[in-house]
Amino acid sequence: MSMILDKVNYIYSAQTAYEKQALKNINLKIADGEFIGLIGHTGSGKSTLIQHLNGLLKATSGGIYYNGRDIYEEDYSLKELRGKVGLVFQYPEHQLFESTVFADVCFGPKNLGLPRKETELRAFAALRSVGLSEEYWYQPPFEMSGGQKRRAAIAGVLAMKPDMLILDEPTAGLDPKGRDEILGQVAAMHRELSITVLLVSHSMEDVADYVGRIIVMDQGSILMDGAPKEIFQRYQELEEVGLAAPQVTYLMHGLRENGIPVDTGATTVEEARESILQAFTKAGKLRQ
Amino acid sequence: MNFIEARKLVHEYFRRDEEGNVEGITTALDQVDLGIKPGEFVAVLGHNGSGKSTLAKHLNVLLRASGGTLWVDGKDTLDENYLWDIRQNTGMVFQNPDNQIIAGVVEEDVAFGPENIGIPTDEIWERVERSLKSVGMLQYRGHSPNKLSGGQKQRVAIAGVMAMEPKCIVLDEPTAMLDPSGRKEVLDAVEALNREKGVTVILITHYMEEVTGADKVYVMDHGRVVMQGTPRQIFSRVEELKSYRLDVPQVTLLAHGLKKAGLDIPAGILTRQELSEVLCRLYGEEGKNPEDTLTG
Repeated sequence: MSMILDKVNYIYSAQTAYEKQALKNINLKIADGEFIGLIGHTGSGKSTLIQHLNGLLKATSGGIYYNGRDIYEEDYSLKELRGKVGLVFQYPEHQLFESTVFADVCFGPKNLGLPRKETELRAFAALRSVGLSEEYWYQPPFEMSGGQKRRAAIAGVLAMKPDMLILDEPTAGLDPKGRDEILGQVAAMHRELSITVLLVSHSMEDVADYVGRIIVMDQGSILMDGAPKEIFQRYQELEEVGLAAPQVTYLMHGLRENGIPVDTGATTVEEARESILQAFTKAGKLRQ
Repeated sequence: MNFIEARKLVHEYFRRDEEGNVEGITTALDQVDLGIKPGEFVAVLGHNGSGKSTLAKHLNVLLRASGGTLWVDGKDTLDENYLWDIRQNTGMVFQNPDNQIIAGVVEEDVAFGPENIGIPTDEIWERVERSLKSVGMLQYRGHSPNKLSGGQKQRVAIAGVMAMEPKCIVLDEPTAMLDPSGRKEVLDAVEALNREKGVTVILITHYMEEVTGADKVYVMDHGRVVMQGTPRQIFSRVEELKSYRLDVPQVTLLAHGLKKAGLDIPAGILTRQELSEVLCRLYGEEGKNPEDTLTG
């Protein structure tokens, strides 16, 4: 049970003046239950890549295999694939349209042709999973805050019961608390529903706290693929492609260069704090 | 004289039901006082729904006050006669560049503003070139905006505002959709505008790191201004900021945590250079460990 991309290429506007190769020879394997951060600067091919994963874009060449089946085979049902691989676009709240949150969440499963009871059960479960309080369920979605609307929109995708959930910049435009809430909720869904999650983000700080694997894209290719600590050690390379490691990574490297023996692998504020305090305590500069 | 001066500015929205009857009133701005001098770089922070964007829309009269007064460049925004004058001098850049770009070619989009106010053709082209150059987009002048990335589009949108040569530019979360380098490019362009051309800048953002260079910061909550001061003053109040659903830069948070644990670190550290210097100094100090200080 996995998603495999084999030498995937994609060219936009082929044979025009604007021809641009958005994906170059992408080889990728995503196993069940992974929590992955997909990072890259604007225009690096992230959005193009995720649209291949549920068949919205068709590779110019190369193959995509989902659970062992070639999704480009003639009798393969892309509609079914799209039910299994849920894609939450940027600013998904712009796609809310029904008169109540509940009706909006029901829209997806209803279109799968499910009976009404099953549809509603799924909607209830999805709304609970995203942590949207019950008082909003029968309200028009338009009067809720940005973070609440986004939860409602994510619930709409969850109600399709996907095996894999792809979120394109789910925290864009949210305030810091809203960011933490949405990411915390996504992590909880990953844990409790054991779905595979692919999180597209610009923010290293955001993903550092949550994901187990980071894929870095640049100019349509995969530049790095590994655990967050490994990726952030290569912060100079990240800068070259318009990205950056979390702020604390830089601080820790700077301190080490100045002779303070701290752990340069620290990627979160908490890890950095521990490591600095430890170094100061050892040197007798801090009373316990 | 202040370029922007607000006294007890109030904005109320009427919530209506399906028949159009008023159901209730939402107060989006509640007795807001502002004083922004010409040439200042001012940041406005606040959680989603705190009234930041409503405030921004007042600054170039897309919205008008329900109560109180707002003067922009000494002109009362309630006076119809000043409407176009104010809009011309207070440019707006919004979050989503796709909603701001209208022409089929980058340079035509940038020229749209000056063309509308009757600038002679030669000068329009000069302005277009200058504006595109200042945001690093000159080489894309002949491109279709549809083919640009989000960050590039946003820079074109800023160039479009700059081509109007406004005295003030209001940016409503201009970097929310951009990657780190795109964010940096946009911020650098805005800071250069402020520094070199003396343009008053009002930056609304959720990214605490973008605020550290501002002259002044306003924090909004429920339509009110709840905190104001320099970035250093604001970010030394970590717990208070968190209560308004906000955050502090990672480095400030780390400094705060280390200070709590007993290290002698001043409040309101903003950059990693500052923190690094303080830590290196503390670490390098001879015989300054607490026991020595106590006995000596």
